[in-house]
Amino acid sequence: MVPSPHLSSVSMGDRRTPERIDAELRRRRSDLGGLVFRTVLQVGLILALLVLCVLLVDVVRDGWSVLSTRLGDFLSGTLRSRSVDEQLGVHQGLVGSFWIAVFTAVLAFPIGIGAAIYLEEFAPRNRITRFVDLNIRNLAGVPSVVYGLLGLFLFVSGLKWFTGGKTLLSAGLTLAILVLPIVIITASEAIRAVPDSLREGAYGVGATRWEVVRNLVLPYAAPGILTGTLLAMSRAIGEAAPLILVGAVTGRLGSDPGFLDLGALTERFVAMPIVITEWTQNSGRDIGFAAAAAAAIVVLLAFVLTLNSAAILLRNRFEKRRR
Amino acid sequence: MTTTIHDARAQGEQTQITQEPPGPDAGAYDEMPVPNMSMDSGELVFDIKGLGVSYGDFRAVRDVDFPIRSNEITAMIGPSGCGKSTVLRCLNRMNDLIDTARVEGLVEYHGVDLYHPSVDPVAVRRRIGMVFQKPNPFPKSIFDNVAFGPRVGGVRSGLDDIVEQSLRKAALWDEVKDRLKDSAFGLSGGQQQRLCIARALAVDPEVLLMDEPCSALDPIATTHIEDLMQDLKAEYSIVIVTHNMQQAARVSDRTAFFTTEKDADSVRPTGVMVECDRTEMIFSTPVDERTENYVTGRFG
Repeated sequence: MVPSPHLSSVSMGDRRTPERIDAELRRRRSDLGGLVFRTVLQVGLILALLVLCVLLVDVVRDGWSVLSTRLGDFLSGTLRSRSVDEQLGVHQGLVGSFWIAVFTAVLAFPIGIGAAIYLEEFAPRNRITRFVDLNIRNLAGVPSVVYGLLGLFLFVSGLKWFTGGKTLLSAGLTLAILVLPIVIITASEAIRAVPDSLREGAYGVGATRWEVVRNLVLPYAAPGILTGTLLAMSRAIGEAAPLILVGAVTGRLGSDPGFLDLGALTERFVAMPIVITEWTQNSGRDIGFAAAAAAAIVVLLAFVLTLNSAAILLRNRFEKRRR
Repeated sequence: MTTTIHDARAQGEQTQITQEPPGPDAGAYDEMPVPNMSMDSGELVFDIKGLGVSYGDFRAVRDVDFPIRSNEITAMIGPSGCGKSTVLRCLNRMNDLIDTARVEGLVEYHGVDLYHPSVDPVAVRRRIGMVFQKPNPFPKSIFDNVAFGPRVGGVRSGLDDIVEQSLRKAALWDEVKDRLKDSAFGLSGGQQQRLCIARALAVDPEVLLMDEPCSALDPIATTHIEDLMQDLKAEYSIVIVTHNMQQAARVSDRTAFFTTEKDADSVRPTGVMVECDRTEMIFSTPVDERTENYVTGRFG
């Protein structure tokens, strides 16, 4: 057999001596690039966590005077013009945010998930669907103020006979539309991640499109859909700009409806982000509002975190079922 | 146009069909062999006439003509890209799932044109089951995997029996009977493939299409599946696509050989069927030189 040029290469010397083997195997190559890259990644992670921690510690410290002494009153209290008022609290804001969450869940989720299922499983892949797809992605990037304007024209003015104008109903509908593109995109991604081999297997035993979607695609995609939709809900709860446009009250609100008071839907409203903005502005003339604003932020964070934990629990249950 | 010819063939009369007016490159097909049907046993299940498939502008395969008979194993062999899987997927209209796929020619199943507008692809797939290249169990229990087909078909009672019978036919029952409620993902690759066969059998099909069913399996699991195919032949007609010539020679009764050809006006080669005959004929005395080159390993 003719030795290959590589094997006969003189410069390599005899690679089979024990010393050579030992030296080559134990050689530590310094991987400088890898080390730098890894360090950059770690610094990035630490920075992100640090910012989060500083924010949390800061708001908790600022709001501690309120949270530690009168949390119960604060949760059940209402908007007041003076910070020393014993009835100052976020109840109206919580009710507003609660209903906004309900609206996104009831309106944006079914419509958005339905649209995603249609686009991914039923619609033919042609120019029209590609155009629709592209535009949904663009819509997700539209600034929220623009949705506020849409809500102002469509729900506050146009459909005034139905919504009653600047009401909680208008706000809920506006925010449901705001998160709709996000719901569609995340649900589409989750559905697209379902392996085609599963679909083929089901079609192969004579399942209809609906049966494939119902029995395989949706259960498999459920964890992903859930994660995406709850992120969308968190976004809706955190929005302030569109609410100002559709008429959130930034002062004292006349009434203080309960959480399940449906009459409140067609009345003026306020929501947590608005409460926080308002109190932060008030702190210029009445320094006591600063602590109240910080406490309100903590309450809003707790509200969103509760929702997210519920989502994670649900997702874990779905994921277990998929094995 | 083919009604009369077809009727004649359905009654078992062996007529060589006149080829459609040949295209500009028809010279190569003047020697298209007359299939040797002297040893035909079963009745005609599929009759494929002038089948061609395109994906968008790409002509994947053309000029496919061969019969598939009941209680036989028909193998499709040929190099990669010769369109054998594409042809297989035409037999239960799986190509419908690909938006750009276009089918021409005739696929007759017991005399019914499978691509007639009035034919429901879902009903087709309930009679003509399919097993895929990679085992694709659903993320469900073993029981639910097998029961999936009957359930979507509306069967509500007697599922236990159907599942047991299907698993027995797939030679998997003894291995899984104590853990039917466990996830199908816990099975080995070979077991998963037999589970997929059981799943296909559970809807009581007449034909089983197998798309390289052993290519993801080890030799022992492959032997299992091959033995199983011999058992299933008594009840079902089986069509198998395989890369493995030895496998085709071992298991099949009839073999169709495909190859690729580059047309003048296309960039990618198109698959064509060269000949179809009794397997022992294809492997001992093939008519076409290309077949001989391929089965003797001199493919080039």
